[in-house]
Amino acid sequence: MEAVPSAPSPLIALVGNPNCGKTALFNILTGSRQKVANYAGVTVERKEGSLLTPSGRRVRILDLPGAYSLDPLTPDEQVTADVLLGRRAGETQPDFVVCVTDATNLRQNLRLVLSLKRLGLPMVVALNMSDIARRKGIAINGERLAAELGVPVVETVGVKAAGVRALVSVLDHVSVPPRGAQPGDAPRAVWRTPSPADIAHDQSEVRRILGLVGGDRLDGVTISDRVDAVVLHPVLGPLILALTLFLVFQAVFAWAQVPMDAIKTGVADFGNWLGAALPASLVKNLLINGVLAGVGSVLVFLPQIIILFFFILLLEDSGYLPRAAFLLDRVMGSVGLSGRAFIPLLSSFACAIPGIMATRTIQNPRDRLATIMIAPLMTCSARLPVYALIIGAFIPHRTLFGGLELQGVVLFVLYVIGVAGAMAVAFVLKRSGPSTGFQALMLELPAYHWPNLRGLAIGLWQRVEIFMSRVGTIILALMVILWALSSFPAPPPGALGPPIQYSIAGHIGAWLAVIFAPIGFNWQISIALVPGLAAREVAVGALGTVYALSATGNDVSGALTPLIAQSWSLPTALSLLAWYVFAPQCLSTLATVKRETNSWRYPIIMAAYMFALAYLGSFLTYRIALALS
Amino acid sequence: MTSAPPNVAVSDAGIRLTELGIGKNARVVAVTAADASAPQDLGRRLAELGFLPGEAVRIVAKGLLARAPIAVRIGTGTFALRLFEAACIRVCPEQPQPA
Repeated sequence: MEAVPSAPSPLIALVGNPNCGKTALFNILTGSRQKVANYAGVTVERKEGSLLTPSGRRVRILDLPGAYSLDPLTPDEQVTADVLLGRRAGETQPDFVVCVTDATNLRQNLRLVLSLKRLGLPMVVALNMSDIARRKGIAINGERLAAELGVPVVETVGVKAAGVRALVSVLDHVSVPPRGAQPGDAPRAVWRTPSPADIAHDQSEVRRILGLVGGDRLDGVTISDRVDAVVLHPVLGPLILALTLFLVFQAVFAWAQVPMDAIKTGVADFGNWLGAALPASLVKNLLINGVLAGVGSVLVFLPQIIILFFFILLLEDSGYLPRAAFLLDRVMGSVGLSGRAFIPLLSSFACAIPGIMATRTIQNPRDRLATIMIAPLMTCSARLPVYALIIGAFIPHRTLFGGLELQGVVLFVLYVIGVAGAMAVAFVLKRSGPSTGFQALMLELPAYHWPNLRGLAIGLWQRVEIFMSRVGTIILALMVILWALSSFPAPPPGALGPPIQYSIAGHIGAWLAVIFAPIGFNWQISIALVPGLAAREVAVGALGTVYALSATGNDVSGALTPLIAQSWSLPTALSLLAWYVFAPQCLSTLATVKRETNSWRYPIIMAAYMFALAYLGSFLTYRIALALS
Repeated sequence: MTSAPPNVAVSDAGIRLTELGIGKNARVVAVTAADASAPQDLGRRLAELGFLPGEAVRIVAKGLLARAPIAVRIGTGTFALRLFEAACIRVCPEQPQPA
């Protein structure tokens, strides 16, 4: 693209209240695919992208975490304030601010606009979600608003490409004020904390402006209120929540059967074809026993992952999640957790890493730490393949009363045990230190909206991409390594058992099995736990490879499920399930904890306590199951 | 510098927001620290969310146990508050206006 090489690209910051649609705008402007959902605090970091304006100008765009004011109380708001005020190390102050407002909630949003104006950076006000506002009958006189505020005002619709044209044309004409090249320059904007008089002034100013431009229809009972009357009802609300979660777990098993069988058959057919087509060799052994048995056994769980995320995304986008936080707030409060902890914990059901990062919306550092420490106990989606494998092998397909699937019920119970464990740990953590006093909730309950189908499709596709790239990279690589460790050295001549027993992995497994024998794990499971350190679902692939190599016959492409159903006892299977409820082995989570807490102390404590809990949980499960069987 | 929220003076006007019934409308009279042990910036944060004297509020819902937390409509937004947060807000109930 032809750009004048010497012209600096202006840096433009998107700022606004939480959940006003900054990230949706950012995605449309820059072609990014940052996560968007209908609750406050999805964006906790600065994100940068760039936009090529119609006149061929390149502008840099910053998406910042939502903030109610420029006096930060939480780590995510701190990022926004620091960037805007030019206090962030290594970052120049933005040249221009797009103050994004929710046009349906201008009364609240205008206060931040006035604060930003006082800051003195050049800016434009974007009346976002203007389509929803119009549908609700809220008419805002944009020209009058611009005149009153003294800054340009544009209407935007963050979910449609056509909805940002006016904004793009404003950005096209942003002039970059001359700036000393040195980053050490005095910031162009200075901030002082508003005095009570400022606050009172802003409030009357907001009222005056709203009176002039319209858009302050305080509608009585809205559709969201009607929904909330049921969803937040003291008795019906919790019932609906329990039913919703229950249905999700039922669907994970009930809907996934057909596509899972198709993948299984596909992998098996491919293995048979490979087996017939290739001459017997080391390469053939690697492809069939290492790659196909390992990767194939993980791949089978893609449909269940998709179904789980379909529901998670649906709940996120509709605005139901903060309601669930409302309903469960008493539980959170009773173990001493901040009400703000709910959403980070819920995100951890997808993966603990974004969940741990989302704790930046929690103000009190000790509350935040407690939430970080229990986030990995929420059953992340990487555990799903492990659970599904064992449940599929050991829990019969049986319909209970009311059409409930037994397998789905067991899965639900495993999730509940994880949550209960987390609550217990939080309770102990909070009791063991000095009291942090009151824990805040102050959670915005956004208006409900119908999930955006395009967003849902993109979100699901991203999950498929993430899963497939894990399968294609880390899982594939680990399987090849595991295959090599399991195949060499070759067994001595005249050996009777399967060759793997004489290999390096076989020896490691035999050694580890001593540690894990008291909780019922055989050497195959013990080996599989090691590569499972990289990512939990790798353990499933590792079991696939280990069992393929342990097979003495020729049925190497046989599915893993019947194999383990034959060779494990029920107590062993239950013990492994218990292990994975607490299992500490996810190195990327520990690395994230290190980064977020800036210390090695907490990842080490986390790994230690989770290992202890996992061992204890498995030990009790195994011993009790043995005694009962 | 920590700024004091507006109207920090202890006020006896009106009732606590926690005492307002579900579906009832009211106007904020004052935002005061109900409890000395409440966090200092609580009043400020409530003010930032829009809980300022003169603003209209309505109780949308209350929880099952101890009627907590509560969901409050303020202006055009809705917030969930724990009881100690809501107790800082004093309101004056409004008579339902004839439609």
